[in-house]
Amino acid sequence: MNKDTICAIATAMSSSGIGIIRISGSEAIAIADKIYHSPNKDKKLQSCESHTIHYGYIYDGDQKIDEVMVLLMKAPHSYTAEDSVEIDCHGGVFVMQKILETVVKAGARLAEPGEFTKRAFLNGRIDLSQAESVMDIIDSQNQFALKSSMDQLSGKLSESIRLYRENILHEMAFIESALDDPEHFSLDDYPDELSKKMQDVIRGLQELLATADNGRILKEGIQTVILGKPNVGKSSLLNALLGYERAIVTDIAGTTRDVLQEQIHLNGLTLNLMDTAGIRKTDDIVEKIGVDKAMKEADDADLIIYVIDSSGEMDQEDHDLLSYLKDKKAIVILNKTDLEQKIQIKDVEEITNLPVIAISAKENTGIDLLEKQVHHLFIAGEITYNDQVYVTNVRHKSLIAEAISSLNLVLKSIEDQMPEDFYSVDLMNAYKQLGLIIGESVEDDLVEEIFSKFCMGK
Amino acid sequence: MVEQKSFKEETYDVVVVGAGHAGCEAALACARLGLETIIFTVSVDSIAMMPCNPNIGGSSKGHLVREIDALGGEMGVNIDHTFIQSKMLNKSKGPAVHSLRAQADKTDYSMRMRQTLQNQEHLTIRQAEVSEILTEDTDCGMKIVGVKTVSGFTYHARAVVLCTGTYLGARCLTGEMITHTGPNGLSAATHLTQSLVDHGIEMYRFKTGTPARIDGRSIDYSKMEEQFGDERVVPFSFTTDPDTVQKEQVSCWLTYTNEKTHEIIRNNLDRSPIYAGIIEGTGPRYCPSIEDKVVKFADRDRHQIFIEPEGIHTNEMYVGGMSSSLPEDVQHEMYRTLPGLENAVIVRNAYAIEYDCINPMQLKPSLEFKKISGLFSGGQFNGSSGYEEAACQGLVAGINAANKLLGKEPFVMDRSESYIGVLIDDLVTKGTREPYRMMTSRAEYRLLLRQDNADLRLTKRGYEVGLISKDRYDWVCKKEQLIEQEIARVKEIKVGARESVTKVLEKYGSIPLNTGASLADLIRRPELDYDKLAELDPERPDLPEEVREQVNILIKYDGYISRQMKQVEQFKKLEKKKLPVPFDYDDVSNLRTEARQKLNQLQPESIGQASRISGVSPADVSVLLIYLESYYQNNKDQKHDA
Repeated sequence: MNKDTICAIATAMSSSGIGIIRISGSEAIAIADKIYHSPNKDKKLQSCESHTIHYGYIYDGDQKIDEVMVLLMKAPHSYTAEDSVEIDCHGGVFVMQKILETVVKAGARLAEPGEFTKRAFLNGRIDLSQAESVMDIIDSQNQFALKSSMDQLSGKLSESIRLYRENILHEMAFIESALDDPEHFSLDDYPDELSKKMQDVIRGLQELLATADNGRILKEGIQTVILGKPNVGKSSLLNALLGYERAIVTDIAGTTRDVLQEQIHLNGLTLNLMDTAGIRKTDDIVEKIGVDKAMKEADDADLIIYVIDSSGEMDQEDHDLLSYLKDKKAIVILNKTDLEQKIQIKDVEEITNLPVIAISAKENTGIDLLEKQVHHLFIAGEITYNDQVYVTNVRHKSLIAEAISSLNLVLKSIEDQMPEDFYSVDLMNAYKQLGLIIGESVEDDLVEEIFSKFCMGK
Repeated sequence: MVEQKSFKEETYDVVVVGAGHAGCEAALACARLGLETIIFTVSVDSIAMMPCNPNIGGSSKGHLVREIDALGGEMGVNIDHTFIQSKMLNKSKGPAVHSLRAQADKTDYSMRMRQTLQNQEHLTIRQAEVSEILTEDTDCGMKIVGVKTVSGFTYHARAVVLCTGTYLGARCLTGEMITHTGPNGLSAATHLTQSLVDHGIEMYRFKTGTPARIDGRSIDYSKMEEQFGDERVVPFSFTTDPDTVQKEQVSCWLTYTNEKTHEIIRNNLDRSPIYAGIIEGTGPRYCPSIEDKVVKFADRDRHQIFIEPEGIHTNEMYVGGMSSSLPEDVQHEMYRTLPGLENAVIVRNAYAIEYDCINPMQLKPSLEFKKISGLFSGGQFNGSSGYEEAACQGLVAGINAANKLLGKEPFVMDRSESYIGVLIDDLVTKGTREPYRMMTSRAEYRLLLRQDNADLRLTKRGYEVGLISKDRYDWVCKKEQLIEQEIARVKEIKVGARESVTKVLEKYGSIPLNTGASLADLIRRPELDYDKLAELDPERPDLPEEVREQVNILIKYDGYISRQMKQVEQFKKLEKKKLPVPFDYDDVSNLRTEARQKLNQLQPESIGQASRISGVSPADVSVLLIYLESYYQNNKDQKHDA
């Protein structure tokens, strides 16, 4: 098993500046030697030191394919702990495909999804939760998500889960000792003590769980809905954001939403922007569908940007919408500051606690204030990635939730005055669920499931 | 029939070596399954002897006895006939830790078991010391062919069960005095160890001990707390009619050690063979000598001591909790510090005993030696401690010896089926470095492994083995059905918030209903149970007590029970992933070195068993899971999920 050598394209299949083809396995270096030629055609990679870079060309037989840099990493000092070679070539789908084909022709086989990481795991380089973080890194779309994935990879999540497990184990051991040696271990007053201790653990786990949503926001971006009455300048705002010099705009592939959606990366955060139909009471059926859809998007959104035309009047509709927004994460924009101001910031602040910003989408003024506010809401506020562990993985999230509900059952048993030996079932469950996160308990279907989810390459 | 070849050799199907609690069960099982069986003992008078505590059962050990009974073993029936006091322990706790313990009349217990053996068809008793095991080499390794006694007599057999207890290479220690004897001054078995070592079997040396026995006439009981038996005695055996075991019971007595006791012990520790370094064997942590307790729990100013009768034919009293290997003169002084024992006259001294046993990791879950086909073992020889632990292993070893000769599959119970399964799995998978004692905490699925449902769990298995009658099997099936029907019925019964209902609830201090509830909901209330609610349930059928008990427990704790069942489901998944045996784990290159060594050595039968080997980490288990997948893809003809 794992005796064969695998290869894959490790970078995105797009016309980016650089492409990487990775090879791993006992034959990796020999295979690379078959297709790599140094400028003088006198160098053999097999006789080179580990962790060295070599300039040269990839040849398919006599045909030169590309000018490349070859990185050499010998076992066990590589990602997979096997002999590994990375070929850095000029990006471009055709060139990368061609090199990959040549590598396969030379004796490697195409890697299955997640196989590089699977090998790293099997070779003891990383544990399960670290392996899952690799997947998150691959998926993560911005620097904050990357940071939290890196935290998991370096074991911060494992560390806090391990601590809670130790707490639980300690109590299980105490109960068991008391059952078997009642002369020396007394359970008098113990239920209350256990209840307090488990409430602490539950609180800790709930805090971890609360980061899960932030973790998703970091990983997938902030679902942002631009809301407002017709003609207040929602589309101009969207365009202004897209045109903002500090924003990097990307396409969102495969969106099925009937709402205009754009993605921008702003100061480390990803915003998935949705423009919506203007909100107003209407009898027009088509328009009403648009309005309903807009409200539904707003219900599911992480952030709502509510736009008001500052040159117009506030009406009941504005009041209703502002009151709808009062429990949500939202920013109020007073647009059209280039026109005569009929509504001032203080007027809006009187009827809402939400932050209010005055901008002119048309003249691109105030966008920097909006950027700061978004950053404040999502980063400077409750999310501070330096001292907090993020749960970014769905499996981890549901396991933590299950552990919490098992511990709640323990509290329920205490409340119901059940005999102490009944606590163990649910304590054991909680202990196991948490163990599954860090790979200290095993379930048969888990391992395959995790690795099958990996994308090609890593 | 027994084939008599010549004066110096005989042929049997099965040889059982040792007639203690393990040997008796092993021999009875084989003989009852129709195999010609011979059982060896150093003294026929010591068959089923109880050389230590005068009771059967106790916390978690009571579970073992009920399981032995459900599988068709003898121990439960034997104690039901010979007990002199009985008590259900831990009644204030949940049903999973209720445990039955009975004081035995030691002489009657031993005598009745001896008669049972003597009346058993196909069973021969022989007083002789076995000195060698005889083997032959075959294509697939060593195979047992018989045993030899000290006198040079050869007994041919296709299976041998070793149950040598504490007799192998035994020596007893009381302070400076050392005798090379087995328990109770009986002669030790001095030859067999060498033969086992010559066959490549790894031996351990363990130690255990027993307290002094005191002349009952010298005890002042007025200074002790009297401990009574239960008013309504519950028998051990599912075949015993409860009405037949209600009889007059004797009392036990509780007293305590004190600072004076501890001082005498501390002052004489240098004369204790353990602390002086004379004892090489490892003692049981969970059954410590009084010296150990005083040293380990230095902050305690007293320890419980139970004074228990050894029987009704003797005035000897057992001093439970005070085993010792201190010298005779220190013992004399030490026991007399206890309230009530000021004038105690010692009949027999306390002593420690050292003996040879094996590393049980050499055994398969069937208790057959991995390296010697047809050789089985059970009891203290396997590194356990206690009568009940011994008996259940003897039963399993005996069944498996018989199954092997009858061409049947090995009889193995997993950790979710029985305490016996837990015990054997612990021994053969994790091994032990001290005498292994059963404890409730070792059984992770104990909510399902209750003493009250041992019959429901195991009678069918005992029937398949052939040790349970058709009648008994039929009754368990019927019982299952009655329980199921009654639970369904009780869940359907609606109780309204009527005044008559409130009256009944108030009687038991239960909050009145605001709205309707099912009878099952009321049973779940801590202060109520199935029987108490009979008056709210006029249609209730007349059901036996054992059925009502199950209905009550299964309804009352159904949430916990179903959660535990889910845990068992997960557990079973890994148990069902069978590993090839034998198998070279060097082929799995990704295992950590320690895990590879342990796996090669232990040759586990399933991924589940592998996961419990110390030194095999969850990461190694993940590696095995992935490896196994591709292994069976490449070897499609092999069994995957057994």
